[in-house]
Amino acid sequence: MHKVSLTIDGVNIKADASMTVLEAALENNIYIPNLCYHKDLNPAGTCRMCLVEVNDPNNQVIACQTTVEEGMSVITDSPRLKSVRQITLELLHVNHTQDCTHCGKNSNCQLQEVTSYVGVNEARVEQLRKSSPNIEKDTSNPFFIFDHNKCILCGICVRTCNEIQGVDALQFGYRGVNTVVSTFMDKPVIESVCESCGECVVRCPVGALLPVDEMKTSREVSTICPYCGVGCGIRLGIRGERVVNVKGDEGNPVNRGRLCVKGRFGYNWIHHKERLKEPLVKKEGKFVKATWDEALDLVAEKFSRYRGSEFAAFSSAKCTNEENYLIQKFARAVMGTNNVDHCARLCHSPSVAALAQSLGSGAMTNSIEEIADAGCIFAIGTNTTESHPVIGLKVKEARRKGAKVIVANPRRIDLCKKADIWLQYRGGTDVALLMGMCRVIVEENLTDTSFIARRCENYEAFKESLQEFTPAYVEEITGVDPALLREAARIYAGASSSSVLYAMGITQHSHGTDNVLAISNLALLTGNLGKPSSGINPLRGQNNVQGACDMGALPNVYPGYQKVSDPDVKEKFENAWKATLDESPGLTLTEIVNAAHKGDVKALYLVGENSLLSEPDGNHVLEALKKLDFFVAQDIFMSETASLADVVLPAASFAEKNGTFTNTERRVQLVRKAVNPAGDAKPDWWITSQIAKKMNHRGFDFKNASEIFVELAALTPSYKGITHERISQKGISWPVKSRVHKGTPVLHKDSFSTASGKGKFFPLKYIPPAEMPDEQYPFILTTGRSLYHYHTGTMTRRVDGLNILKERETVEINPGDASLLGLGEDDRVRVTSRRGEIEAAVKITPNSPAGMVSMSFHFSESPANLLTNPALDPVAKIPELKVCAVRVEKI
Amino acid sequence: MQDLDNILSSFEGKSGELIPVLQKIQNELGYLSEEAMLRAAEFLNIPESKVFGVASFYSQFRFTPTGRNKITVCEGTACHVKGAKGIKEEISRIKGIEDGETSSCMEYTLEGVACIGCCALAPCITINDDVHGRLDKKKVSDILKEI
Ligand code: SF4
Ligand code: SF4
Ligand code: SF4
Ligand code: FES
Ligand code: FES
Repeated sequence: MHKVSLTIDGVNIKADASMTVLEAALENNIYIPNLCYHKDLNPAGTCRMCLVEVNDPNNQVIACQTTVEEGMSVITDSPRLKSVRQITLELLHVNHTQDCTHCGKNSNCQLQEVTSYVGVNEARVEQLRKSSPNIEKDTSNPFFIFDHNKCILCGICVRTCNEIQGVDALQFGYRGVNTVVSTFMDKPVIESVCESCGECVVRCPVGALLPVDEMKTSREVSTICPYCGVGCGIRLGIRGERVVNVKGDEGNPVNRGRLCVKGRFGYNWIHHKERLKEPLVKKEGKFVKATWDEALDLVAEKFSRYRGSEFAAFSSAKCTNEENYLIQKFARAVMGTNNVDHCARLCHSPSVAALAQSLGSGAMTNSIEEIADAGCIFAIGTNTTESHPVIGLKVKEARRKGAKVIVANPRRIDLCKKADIWLQYRGGTDVALLMGMCRVIVEENLTDTSFIARRCENYEAFKESLQEFTPAYVEEITGVDPALLREAARIYAGASSSSVLYAMGITQHSHGTDNVLAISNLALLTGNLGKPSSGINPLRGQNNVQGACDMGALPNVYPGYQKVSDPDVKEKFENAWKATLDESPGLTLTEIVNAAHKGDVKALYLVGENSLLSEPDGNHVLEALKKLDFFVAQDIFMSETASLADVVLPAASFAEKNGTFTNTERRVQLVRKAVNPAGDAKPDWWITSQIAKKMNHRGFDFKNASEIFVELAALTPSYKGITHERISQKGISWPVKSRVHKGTPVLHKDSFSTASGKGKFFPLKYIPPAEMPDEQYPFILTTGRSLYHYHTGTMTRRVDGLNILKERETVEINPGDASLLGLGEDDRVRVTSRRGEIEAAVKITPNSPAGMVSMSFHFSESPANLLTNPALDPVAKIPELKVCAVRVEKI
Repeated sequence: MQDLDNILSSFEGKSGELIPVLQKIQNELGYLSEEAMLRAAEFLNIPESKVFGVASFYSQFRFTPTGRNKITVCEGTACHVKGAKGIKEEISRIKGIEDGETSSCMEYTLEGVACIGCCALAPCITINDDVHGRLDKKKVSDILKEI
């Protein structure tokens, strides 16, 4: 960057030519009073506090809007500047409630800071002061309070909501002395489009926007958000023995301090009274408290009675890498079975299966940071702003920088508003849509021929299979206008770099693997792999679902995706673990449930999963669990599933233990213990080790998580160069080949990790979803997520504020369908599929297309997964959670 | 719904059309309803908060429907000095409506405005297009009885 020299108050400084005078001064620790400036936002230049003199006392300019120039001479303080600032400042004080000592912002307030620097004439202020605060506080939001009487109209919140959050909930309303920051129709914040992210709250320079729980903390611990796969860095604020607030970690490259509502405000469950605090053993149908020794002895003794395929373990994408490693090691080395799986089966197993075949690695090919610089973003089957909010911010940022955004979704999701093109295709017709785009690209010679020639294989066969996907055929299946499809294909193929983001809308289908292969065809065809800001980016659901997969909590692979069927691999692990291992792949999650139902699996070790709510066909799961001989559940709360267990072991939460999570971009990040576990709860890794030790197995003697990491890194090639020490400041993306290797933000740079090193095209055919609507079940039901809740709600539903923001399940239905069924807003309906029925209230919205209804699966009183179809993808064995046929009736 | 479609159909949907769109809505509907502003926001691809921000900036726009009779109370300097506040309170008391509100029977709307150019008659009000000046509480209540 080009530098210029200037003087500020006679001090020589150098600054980037693009900087403003204010930025240059602040960077050099020269204070210029300012109120409406914020480093993350475009300068507004409205408060006029940063007035300075440039080159001549008569040339007063606004420092936050003046760019530095070579030879500039800046004066930041003079009697004239002081008097101008003073008058402006006094006018702010006149309208400002003066109760500094009671204000949450005391000692941290910009108005105080500016005032102490500039000074005000108290007498003048008193004379003009408004009699009393006259605008009622807006306390509607459960997480923050808006006190307009303290607002200095700096506009930082307005700009934050626009520039950073892209929500535009706030604007200046009215005029003159009546100007306020207002929502649409000046309604309470909670009734506006506000998403409660709190980004405006953390930036408000005064006490006008304050968190409800604002308090000073005695110490802070940096760790990782426990909710979604984005893996935002957070700082837990602690007072005494309790976590009392959460801040975004500015130093974390994933989120740079940004957080969504769950990450920022959804932590009250940590000290919730319902946390499991001691081991429980079921006696005559009732749970009774037990000591750790009693419970562990019982578990060890019972587990010893089963061997091999009679046993199965469900690991957890909420637990750390270290814990997942130990759980699969326990299943394999101690119990002698590969029957270990976790909920990734229900989200991204098709990604792992498909991308392993076509590219050699089933993870995001590019980093989150790069999304902001993409030329085109193609978001298919992902409701990014709801499910991966902080990645949603990156998409919005990219768009502001000029990226084209294509959204493919049957529903009119939030991102459609920001999209250049919205392809509204029928649920489950992804293959037709994507192959149709490929055909246009080939037809119009928009392919990257040199990339295909150098780096790909099987192109001809694939090209052949495109013939079928004529625009007319694609339109018939997907319902998408051929002209729109063509335009989308041209944009995707024509951009400098195009990044595909996708999630469960692609994978949760009986042909999910094909869907992912279709995406990989599209990216290979246009050379959008192996370079920055491009790639194929499966957005992973849970905080550590990437890590749980990496750690081999999967029935067919050891850590690092090393196949259990490969004799060399088996030998490596037998030597390392000093155990005899099974070379036949184990059962998947859904298959384990079926086997339990048949009585083949007799003992189950379930860690942190609420299978009843997250599995399809919930009734079947319930029956299966009841048939088990011995069932151990390990969790932080008594979940619906855990209540069926014979023994329940209380686990420590993420805030109460050390370890690592791997986020969706493969970044391994350190999780730090902030407080002691609730009651007698213990970290999952400790519990698993104890069971193994009580069963007299060697290889489970660990003093801490870091020791476990050393063992797993030695056995997992992609983690080889990582240690806890190395990532103590900043996480690093695998593969990390050695202690000095810097990690790999972009995969497949020079070659693919397939056996041949080439990317492989796959010819595909369109196969309809397993269950289509018919006369009896005329609607398609699709399941989704809400911004305010997480997974089956075990954590978020214990946070009062999140329940206020979304308190119950709704069935979303199109206005046309609603009127045909005679439904009004909030009417109760019964939704019935071939497998079960549930009741919920109706929400009428044009966002839902005709013929489709949608629900989330966060609410145990309306468990949507009682309805969903367990029809499995033949390769990845994922059930078809996104499409099933239902009937909707008013009750 | 139908009305709004008609109103919007004469525009292209560019963000620069916001003010003319709002004016047209107000001309047709008599005020800017919440629904109308939401539709305008969607049509022009402008955040709804922005639509409200702009609409509330200009005094020409109103957010509540007007009654058949519009009562405006002058709050200009001359009228203020001569007790406009008391006049307005009296009207509020009699008709049960505050500034900017319309009575539930849709008969009356009350509004405070800046100087209406009849300072010599201060304090004054207008009812529909008629000016009434040199008022006191008694006179006001007499006048209100007549409409
Ligand atoms: S909390 Fe977030 S969404 Fe709500 S107003 Fe503030 S920045 Fe906007
Ligand atoms: S609420 Fe805070 S950030 Fe928003 S304008 Fe007022 S002082 Fe500025
Ligand atoms: S985006 Fe995901 S990781 Fe980030 S704060 Fe929200 S829930 Fe946590
Ligand atoms: S900080 Fe420059 S005008 Fe406000
Ligand atoms: S002040 Fe009332 S008419 Fe001028």
